[in-house]
Amino acid sequence: MEATKDVTLTLHNSLLTDDSSLITHHLSLKSREYRRNILKYIYKAKAGHTGGSLSCIDILNVLYNEVLNVSPETFTSPDRDRYIQSKGHCVEALFVVLADKGFFPESDLETLCKYQSHYIGHPTRKVNGVEQNTGALGHGLPMSAGVALAAKMDNRDYRVFTLMGDGELPEGSNWEAALTAAHYKLDNLCAIVDLNGLQITGPTKDVCNTEPLDKKFESFGWAVRHVDGNDVVALKEAFDALPFEKGKPSVMIAHTVKGKGVSFMENELKWHHGVPSEEQYKIAMQELSPAP
Amino acid sequence: MGNELIQAPLAGTGAANQDVFSETLQALAATDRNIVVVTSDSRGSGKLVPFGKKYPAQIVEVGIAEQNLVGMAAGLASAGKKVFAVSPACFLTARALEQIKNDVAYSNNPVKLIGISAGVSYGALGSTHHSLHDFAVLRAIHNMTIVVPADSFETTQAVQQVAASEQPYYLRFGKKPMPLLDETGETTFQIGKGRVIRRGSDVAIIANGETVYPALQAAQKLATENGIEATVVSMHTIKPLDEKLLSELALECKAILTVEEHSVNGGLGEACASWLLKNRYHKPFDILGIPDEYTVTGSQVEILNHYGISESGITSRVKTLLNTLT
Repeated sequence: MEATKDVTLTLHNSLLTDDSSLITHHLSLKSREYRRNILKYIYKAKAGHTGGSLSCIDILNVLYNEVLNVSPETFTSPDRDRYIQSKGHCVEALFVVLADKGFFPESDLETLCKYQSHYIGHPTRKVNGVEQNTGALGHGLPMSAGVALAAKMDNRDYRVFTLMGDGELPEGSNWEAALTAAHYKLDNLCAIVDLNGLQITGPTKDVCNTEPLDKKFESFGWAVRHVDGNDVVALKEAFDALPFEKGKPSVMIAHTVKGKGVSFMENELKWHHGVPSEEQYKIAMQELSPAP
Repeated sequence: MGNELIQAPLAGTGAANQDVFSETLQALAATDRNIVVVTSDSRGSGKLVPFGKKYPAQIVEVGIAEQNLVGMAAGLASAGKKVFAVSPACFLTARALEQIKNDVAYSNNPVKLIGISAGVSYGALGSTHHSLHDFAVLRAIHNMTIVVPADSFETTQAVQQVAASEQPYYLRFGKKPMPLLDETGETTFQIGKGRVIRRGSDVAIIANGETVYPALQAAQKLATENGIEATVVSMHTIKPLDEKLLSELALECKAILTVEEHSVNGGLGEACASWLLKNRYHKPFDILGIPDEYTVTGSQVEILNHYGISESGITSRVKTLLNTLT
């Protein structure tokens, strides 16, 4: 395990060579490691939002490893970049990335969803690295808009990112904030929609159709870009292009696959918060082998 | 506790508490550029137009969108701003309750929620515009201090104290001009500590906000006409409740009446009743507030008079309560 980490570190350092294939390799390894850990801790806890965590993990991977100017050392700095996870139920994805970035020991996740643990089924600030307590949907964007506005008021350069699920888009508070973010020209704000197309009841388009989503955001005054949300290279390119338009908030419509990375979980509704059996867990980990 | 009186003025009018709030905030903003007001098309009723003109960089307008008002206020506060989120109490504490619960209280973002034109201040505009639920819902939310100043002194003090604090608060103001309760300046104001306006040992009248003044009027009438001496307390902080003072009142007075411009369910009265009963103070006790019914229509004064939240209504309720002793 230690040897593996050394290899990854070497790979990470070699990014300085600007070799895009190395970046891709490094990020791909990270995604696999994160997926393995998501499943590992959900399996141990016998609880968690498996499908959504697997759909959004590549986004968090690129954010925390390539985009966000934040670390355990800078987490209290007023100039740090902020990440607020609006789709709080996919907390397992956030926790494995925060552990990997050194915000807390990975062994803490052994207590996931256990009595008196801070590592519960939604993000809370009791966990180092978490910006806001989320979980009720439709809250990330308004709070992020507030933080982004504070940056503008204080002439600070930090940026604010929020990850929303496509299922939470009908919450009206999102659209209140969408109006305000455009009104105040918050081009330091980036919303990422994890468009995996499924929510607990069924396909998002059948529950409450939000298409055409790009046109909706555009008409609200946002700059929009579609991206393959499970392609780390495409994600990195999209994040590198921020803001998509000066003077406008940016939204990245990230097309993802719910349950991505495990064949029998992909696009299967039951894995919204399904927990793998022992056999399913073994098969899933086999598919995600070898361990990086 | 003897029958010593702190003489209070019974004539004349002062400023409305929500007007005093905006003036105090403007004074604070003069020396603190981190003070930010967030409004939802409510700067007019909040008397914040002068603030906006004087400090345009310190006022954020979100339009009529209370959920976003509170969510953004939480974000601003988390980034170091001293945020006052101002909106009519009826909308702020109902429409945006989930944002208050999660974004402010649970996430511990030190937003100062300012509910204006509270209670039945909007009178004939009807129940959509009344806030008779705000104490009840906010009392059940952890990490929320609830303060309801009674006059300009308490308002100024409360605004200054919450501005200097890094905790969430809910401050509730009405728009009726309120006389100063204590012109002697002998009483002090501290959040979490009830303010004794008048002392007497027959009955304790515990009120808050705009109901403290009629309680004081009633106390002076009871003394003059009936020889009944009442203690009058401005229990401006409902949560945390001043338990020490409650205990003193229960020991020293024969009966207790609470008065509030709120539903009789879940407000100041029930907070006091719960504590007193749990601590085995079994006194004649009554809660005067807005009953659980389709609220009568009319102006604020007419509504309050209808339900006895007035000098004569309180006087009468005290007499009834004391009659249970004989």
